[in-house]
Amino acid sequence: MSQISLSGIHKSFGSTEVLKGVSLDIEAGEFVTLVGPSGCGKSTLLRILAGLDSADTGDVRIQAQSVTQTRAADRNLAMVFQSYALYPHLSVAENMMTPLKMRELGWAGRLPIVGPLVARRACRDIHARVEAVAETLKITPLLARKPGQLSGGQRQRVALGRAMVRDPVAFLMDEPLSNLDAALRVHMRAELSELHRRLNATFVYVTHDQAEALTMSDRMAVMMQGEILQVGPPDEIYHNPASLAVARFIGSPAINVLPGEKLADGRVVLLGQRLFNVQSGQPRALFIGLRPEHLHLAAEGRFEGMISHRENLGSDLFLHLTLKEMDNPVVIRAHPDQARNVARGHNVRFDLDPAKVLFFEADGQRVTLDGARQLEVAQ
Amino acid sequence: MTEAVADTKALALRFSTKTALTHAVLILGALIVLLPFYTMLSLSLKAPAEIMQQTGGFIGTQAPFRDDYCIKLGKEVADCMVNPIAYNYSTAFEKAPLLRYLLNGVVVTVSIFFIQVVVALPCAYALAKLRFWGREFVFTLVLFCLLIPVHAIALPLYIMLAKVGLTNTYAALIIPWTISVFGIFLMRQFFMTVPDDLIDAARMDGMSEYAIIWRVMLPTAIPALMAFGIFSVVAHWNDYFWPRIVITGNRDLFTPPLGLREFKGDADGDNFGPMMATACIIVTPLIVCFLLAQRRFIEGITLSGMK
Repeated sequence: MSQISLSGIHKSFGSTEVLKGVSLDIEAGEFVTLVGPSGCGKSTLLRILAGLDSADTGDVRIQAQSVTQTRAADRNLAMVFQSYALYPHLSVAENMMTPLKMRELGWAGRLPIVGPLVARRACRDIHARVEAVAETLKITPLLARKPGQLSGGQRQRVALGRAMVRDPVAFLMDEPLSNLDAALRVHMRAELSELHRRLNATFVYVTHDQAEALTMSDRMAVMMQGEILQVGPPDEIYHNPASLAVARFIGSPAINVLPGEKLADGRVVLLGQRLFNVQSGQPRALFIGLRPEHLHLAAEGRFEGMISHRENLGSDLFLHLTLKEMDNPVVIRAHPDQARNVARGHNVRFDLDPAKVLFFEADGQRVTLDGARQLEVAQ
Repeated sequence: MTEAVADTKALALRFSTKTALTHAVLILGALIVLLPFYTMLSLSLKAPAEIMQQTGGFIGTQAPFRDDYCIKLGKEVADCMVNPIAYNYSTAFEKAPLLRYLLNGVVVTVSIFFIQVVVALPCAYALAKLRFWGREFVFTLVLFCLLIPVHAIALPLYIMLAKVGLTNTYAALIIPWTISVFGIFLMRQFFMTVPDDLIDAARMDGMSEYAIIWRVMLPTAIPALMAFGIFSVVAHWNDYFWPRIVITGNRDLFTPPLGLREFKGDADGDNFGPMMATACIIVTPLIVCFLLAQRRFIEGITLSGMK
């Protein structure tokens, strides 16, 4: 039985349908990422799971119990917000204690001065747990400070700490890294993965950054326009996208999409060049997806383009090529050594790795062409 | 470097007609506002003769004068010579139980403010952060209520209080003010600026809606509450109209402004010196409060004006 199960979630704000019957099962201990462009409904889905919004129809189950009617406070989930949402008037330690205090102490124990006297043991226990978590997150020196005195990265840790002090069914994270600077974001990615491994807890992570989704998750769900288009491990999503929309969204730089064609005799043609033969049949137009790393510069290459832009990342060099057959440039990854001699304005030839070619129908659905691999002919 | 400094200095010293005009208008306004205070303070320092003849400048000559009341009690003239300041201020405390009035004032204003907060915060929270059917309508009603002058509803209020037998009690002084529409409005405007994430985080932490109000919203709203507190305390401390209506007989319930009446309209004429001394004593707590909380007060006014 899965830990968390969302089924048939519909949600509309006014006349806008934000979620169109979304279903998703999350196993215990899994790191699942909901990824999609802004406004695709991923945050709303997370808020419905958290109990902060209610679905119009559909069912939310946590550990086989329907919690559709349960308040957020009683669902035993912990959430980390994009803005961290720390209580500005409380110190870091008090911020982290709050969830424990609210759940484990009676009203008397929560009183400011009397509380620790009334519920001495519970308070001591809470202090100990907060300190243990602070130790793990390396924020012990910050415990006495107010959130206003912390940097973005430190606040982020405190927000994580506040979620970690208790033992929730799952951690929900709503773009927790998007307010950090680039270097820190990359660092925190690794740290969050590490944290997930250590806690062995269920993580549901929302992001619009496909890189975060690819690097951290066990499984990712690509959402667009209120629907989950594909769920699977990052590798699967990247190499085997179910539709053109997913292929376009995942991967940076984005996949190149070129118009192709399957002819009646089984030849698959791209820009006038035969890629390979498949079984003959109905002729049809295809979109051909090629990731930049599956294209390479080759002196004898079958395609030619003019370099319109160079993007140097140090380890890789991406060249934007303008083809005379196409309006959009084709992006191709080149090794820096290989591309040292080419400059903007040069014409270069390139070729592709036929095994990596992805085919899509005109409506964006992925297709495999029967026998494409078997009938492949040497170039 | 030096040139730059010289430049700024020159800029600061340069005569600007616009600035000068602004200041002239402000000074004039300040004078109009301050003049009564000046008179009040001056009269509280002077002897009756100097007050009547309008002599003696600001503080008077401070020459001892003969206290006629003392003579009436049959004492020697030499024993009845008093210093004007001492006479005015001691009479203020002796002739009327001014300390009692001040205490009443504190009890009433503090109770009013406390209950106003207890009522206004949940209302403001609901109007700002909860989604429910008819919320905008309720808020419109709140805005509408801001337009109702106190005097328009004074009579019905009085009759209601009289019917339940509450006139001449603290309750009569406090109850009509416990629901402050202005407070609800001000706090609602402030709560609109509190991020939703903070409230959601509190919900995830296991807080009930009431816990959110008292544990999260109240502490974040301290600046706005201070501003509202100053408005509320000033208004009810200085209120003459309402206590005058509901406190008819029992002098023990007089608030400080009512205390001023003790010096008014006696058979032997008005006694302005002690009266102004009383007025000075009454406004002092407010002025001290204002000076202490000046920055907050200005913040509060801009807060209510800007948003």
